[in-house]
Amino acid sequence: MIARPLEPAVPGNSRARRSLYLQYMVEPFYYLAPAVILIGAVMMMPLIIGISYSFQSIELLNPFKTGWVGLDNYADLWTDRKFWIALENTFFWTFWSITFQFLLGLGLALLLNTQFFGKRLFQALVFLPWAVPTFLSALTWAWLFNPVIGPLPHWLVAVGILSEPYNILGDPDLAMWGPIMANIWFGVPFFAITLLAALQSIPSELYEAAEIDGATPWQSFTKITLPFLAPMIAITVMLRTIWIANFADLIFVMTGGGPANSTQILSTYIFTTAFRKLDFGYASTIAVALLAILLVYALILLWLRKKLVRI
Amino acid sequence: MSIMRRRHPLFAVGKYAALLFYLAFALFPLYWLLKIALTPDALIFSEGTRLLPSAMTWSNFSAVLFATDFLAYFGNSLIVSLGTAFVTTLVAAGAGYAFSRFVFAGKKIIIAVMLITQMFPLLMIIAPIYKIVADLGLLNSLTSLIVVYTAFNIPFATFLMQSFFDGIPKDLEEAAMMDGCSRFQALRKVVFPLTLPGLGATLGFVFTAAWSELLFALMLISRNDAMTFPVGLLTFVSKFSVDWGQMMAAGVLALIPSCLFFIFIQRYLVQGLTSGAVKG
Amino acid sequence: MAHLELKDVSKSYGPVEVLRDINLQIADGEFVVLVGPSGCGKSTLLRMIAGLEPISGGDFLIDGAHMNDVRPRDRDIAMVFQSYALYPHMDVGRNMGFSMEIRKEPTETRRSKVAEAAQTLGLSHLIDRLPKALSGGQRQRVAMGRAIIRNPRAFLFDEPLSNLDAALRVEMRLEIARLHQKLGSTMIYVTHDQVEALTLADRIVVLHGGDIQQVGSPLELYERPANRFVAQFIGSPTMNVVEVEGGETGVTTRNGTLISVPRTSDTRRATALGIRPEHLEVVDLNQGDLTAVADVVEHLGSDTNIYVKVDGIGPLMVRKHGNIPARSGDRIGLRIQVENAHLFAPDGTTLS
Repeated sequence: MIARPLEPAVPGNSRARRSLYLQYMVEPFYYLAPAVILIGAVMMMPLIIGISYSFQSIELLNPFKTGWVGLDNYADLWTDRKFWIALENTFFWTFWSITFQFLLGLGLALLLNTQFFGKRLFQALVFLPWAVPTFLSALTWAWLFNPVIGPLPHWLVAVGILSEPYNILGDPDLAMWGPIMANIWFGVPFFAITLLAALQSIPSELYEAAEIDGATPWQSFTKITLPFLAPMIAITVMLRTIWIANFADLIFVMTGGGPANSTQILSTYIFTTAFRKLDFGYASTIAVALLAILLVYALILLWLRKKLVRI
Repeated sequence: MSIMRRRHPLFAVGKYAALLFYLAFALFPLYWLLKIALTPDALIFSEGTRLLPSAMTWSNFSAVLFATDFLAYFGNSLIVSLGTAFVTTLVAAGAGYAFSRFVFAGKKIIIAVMLITQMFPLLMIIAPIYKIVADLGLLNSLTSLIVVYTAFNIPFATFLMQSFFDGIPKDLEEAAMMDGCSRFQALRKVVFPLTLPGLGATLGFVFTAAWSELLFALMLISRNDAMTFPVGLLTFVSKFSVDWGQMMAAGVLALIPSCLFFIFIQRYLVQGLTSGAVKG
Repeated sequence: MAHLELKDVSKSYGPVEVLRDINLQIADGEFVVLVGPSGCGKSTLLRMIAGLEPISGGDFLIDGAHMNDVRPRDRDIAMVFQSYALYPHMDVGRNMGFSMEIRKEPTETRRSKVAEAAQTLGLSHLIDRLPKALSGGQRQRVAMGRAIIRNPRAFLFDEPLSNLDAALRVEMRLEIARLHQKLGSTMIYVTHDQVEALTLADRIVVLHGGDIQQVGSPLELYERPANRFVAQFIGSPTMNVVEVEGGETGVTTRNGTLISVPRTSDTRRATALGIRPEHLEVVDLNQGDLTAVADVVEHLGSDTNIYVKVDGIGPLMVRKHGNIPARSGDRIGLRIQVENAHLFAPDGTTLS
């Protein structure tokens, strides 16, 4: 062995002198900085600005009406009939979308948790709607509901739901079911995938033990599968609810909120107010209201979870 | 599941009926899109609702490709989506690596902020972003779209990358550092090659998300030559709302890149959708 | 080859102190084993020597040069990890030559050195394989090859054998001993297995709860443990410890037996008596110091382990070389080899 002289750390560099502690402390921020800066500049800062907009009048089409207006926007909101309609529609839209997505997703996950021929291909094909760009899902479903080129109105007549083939997207009583349908189609894979992952984490010994103890398949589903899935279901449904309540693309493309605001939900109302009327002050006010509602919802859920977990 | 197999034969019939239902539900709309796109114009109205067309044509596709601006929209979308995917993956890889490997002050706060950004209505910031972009004179520029999309996708991509880094033992980098690498060299020579599938999956997820974004693109892009595919298609729909065959052909074209990336990221769907928690 | 020195080294994570005032001199070419139960801080100490963990307090020197703030890559120390940490995407040859690749040494030098190291470790025929195509023992060898190829100033081993099965562990232990003889380098080895410590080490450092309990050669630790912890940690089977009351000429056990311990100067402070199983002699009934009932007898061929119960004292273990015809339920006499017994003060330190 030949003893080697110690090579200088980084020749002539004072960095080697600096404390390792300091180096190790600063290091993560080199890797993190770009992400933090981008999120700060493009999301957090506009978020704060957006909240401040809700106390201002900013109408690009009406540049002389610019300035701080205090709570005027909120007062307008309180008396805005469209806002209350949109709020009601948001509940309707979210509730039915999530209900069907969840039930169909659970069914699909349970199916995919069994063995059958061609499962891999089947899985790829039924998950495909998730990959379809949302604007395209919206257009496709809008076309399917069109009596000229789509089969759905004719089928609906055949089963007796409609009296004659017309486009339900133009019917204020039924229009909301169009986007909900598209949303179910688009969202089932997401639920199926997350629930499938949870299902596969249930140890199979449990089912074998239950079978030995004489449980019927229905009993093992309600006594083993559901309790195991429950936490995953709770989290997924909660997060998904927020996501769907914010999801404006489908409705905007399919109906634009019409006819007669019958499909207007809060997020589309925000977008149309900002995009069509360029009234940024009022759009931000609706957005703050939506944020507040979602916040209350999240807090209630957290509180419920705490309550339930204690038992 | 072993229990399923030993059930009554009716269960098997029910199961295959259910499989068939899901398959039809998932594929029928896409089939219809393709069918109309392939139906000759003359036949659309006469047999618009028949399940199979009596004749097929590629003319709608060639018309869309060569007689409209769709090729340009397609190109713009490709630039925006690929640009977003690459920048996001790079930035998210850094952040995901930091989350995976370091303990540092403020880590919990940064993670919490990233989770929150996944939950608040993004439309909330559409007005401020429009004003900021307009003030910078960057309306109708693809760069501004890339920057905005990148920021939107970073949180999700970061959590995804973190889950991939978590799967690589820390020992490997430490061994590389003992072997004479700086941390960055260890990352590049040892960790990076092992994360390639993860980087690919993240790239795919972000591409898919950017490819389908519509509302911000509508807001920030108004000039025809800078339009992305969704914006272009939507304007096309409102302008020529009668040329069904061409619109559907354009739709099929928009589907192609998504499908390609979907095949590619299929294996990572579970990891992707569960790590991002809310990403749809 | 190098001389390592730790002066008052400490490590804390926030308010939690995991290592305190570690003082240790490691001579050139010495084989030092850090041993202790899990959580004692031995791996942390090794990682601080490697530079993977920053040192919270004190100084660490190699050949007199201050190393606290030098990055791992510049310390010229090699380390063998418990998980081997072979790069999965590189073949054996590239794994071993990676350090030279980083230092941009010419390809020829690299190749010849890799070949040489592979020869030494019997890996020549595996040089193009990926790690996943190797057995546990072969992976272990590659990890060692990666270390020796660098000709570093010191080798660190972090529980390198704990992922191997028992037979392979003995074989690799010999291999490491042989390697140390051949290279004569400074080596620091972390393990929780005292057999590895006793067989490999020139000197053993026993760590417990963040403090060094004792430093010494294997025989020193066995014969003169500094305290009750070391006494019970080193040696297999574990030393018997019996509660006693100190007196002028000896100690009294709970059942009133007086045991005179001539060697010890300060028997009055003793509260515990330690006696290794091999230092308890089986004698005829009523001939020895204690009367015991055999509970379980294990015949190992070369040795016999007798687990006995002594009235008023509790269970003890006796090891006898060779075979003795004892059976469960037998009453036997036990004689304590008082010259090999240890007395402990209330704080656990050994009274001499």
